[in-house]
Amino acid sequence: MKSSLAIVFSILVGLPSASLAGSEDVVIEDAWARASIGTNRPGAAYMTLRNTGTDPVTLVGLETPLAMMPDIHETTTDANEVSSMAPAGEITISPGESVSLEPGGLHAMLMRLQMKMVEGETFPLTLNFADGGSLTVDVPILGIASRGPEG
Amino acid sequence: MNRRSLLAYGAAAFGVLALTLFIGWWRVDGPGAPEPVAQRPLPLTQMEFQMTDQSGAIVGPATLLGNTSMVFFGFTYCPDVCPTTLSDISGWLDDLGDDVADMNVVFMTVDPERDSVAAMAEYVSYFHPAIQGWSGTLEETARAAAGFRASYEKVANKGGNYTMNHTASVFLFDAEGRFASTIDYHEQREFAVPKIRRVLARAEKETS
Repeated sequence: MKSSLAIVFSILVGLPSASLAGSEDVVIEDAWARASIGTNRPGAAYMTLRNTGTDPVTLVGLETPLAMMPDIHETTTDANEVSSMAPAGEITISPGESVSLEPGGLHAMLMRLQMKMVEGETFPLTLNFADGGSLTVDVPILGIASRGPEG
Repeated sequence: MNRRSLLAYGAAAFGVLALTLFIGWWRVDGPGAPEPVAQRPLPLTQMEFQMTDQSGAIVGPATLLGNTSMVFFGFTYCPDVCPTTLSDISGWLDDLGDDVADMNVVFMTVDPERDSVAAMAEYVSYFHPAIQGWSGTLEETARAAAGFRASYEKVANKGGNYTMNHTASVFLFDAEGRFASTIDYHEQREFAVPKIRRVLARAEKETS
């Protein structure tokens, strides 16, 4: 009982504090996603995360009402040209650096879609950081055959 | 220790060193070197498999003979590589314009359990109209991949679903079914399009 009270207390005190270490300096650019065919197949979203601050920041997870299991995945292609995809884990961005989620590399994999991703619409995607901060972006949905944020 | 045994030790040490170097050479560059894993695809005329295209027609390697062909593997539940490859290829085809009128462009699924004929038909309809979508049984898919020397593997993911690892290259064949070239996944359009043009030009020269 005592410990759960302590957790509740720490959450109450922890969340509204302005002592975030870095994530408030993250800027997200060129976010886009591909339209989906129905809801059975996973979707993918892309963007560039720029750390404009002086501390390293670590992206630890994603949330969106669009998908039950959003996660950062990475596609790699080996020397035999075989492509595979695996969860990328946490992603740390050094001060002044940026990380790009782009086709054929890192991407936000949107598993268990709750609704169809319709071209022309947008959906909110929340990025959670290790310092407790989070950032929500509205991701525009482009056509299935799009190659980048310009379509 | 006298001078003689020193010499003997020296010679022995030299011998060991020479032998080590020789074994190293043999295994890395010499006759004992492993064969490169990625082999060239067979000519289409030596492949044997049967699939169904997006319109329900029965197709196989012989269907591709007579025109230049571009073949690649993937699956429609693939959120990143496959739509990227299909949109890249759509872009190459746009660049090539009318030259692709007689070209076979085929997307073969490595995941026929989920990619039915109807699923492939809907999927390819979102890309360049020249792109066909072929699917076969598990057995025929394995025979096709073996002919192209392509590999694929089913991998479970934590969502209780699965994804497919697969060869992401695009294979080019001439009108006689001979393997002509590979376009790698990360190859830029400025290299890919001339490669396709070269194979197309070869076909024209041979027919004229």
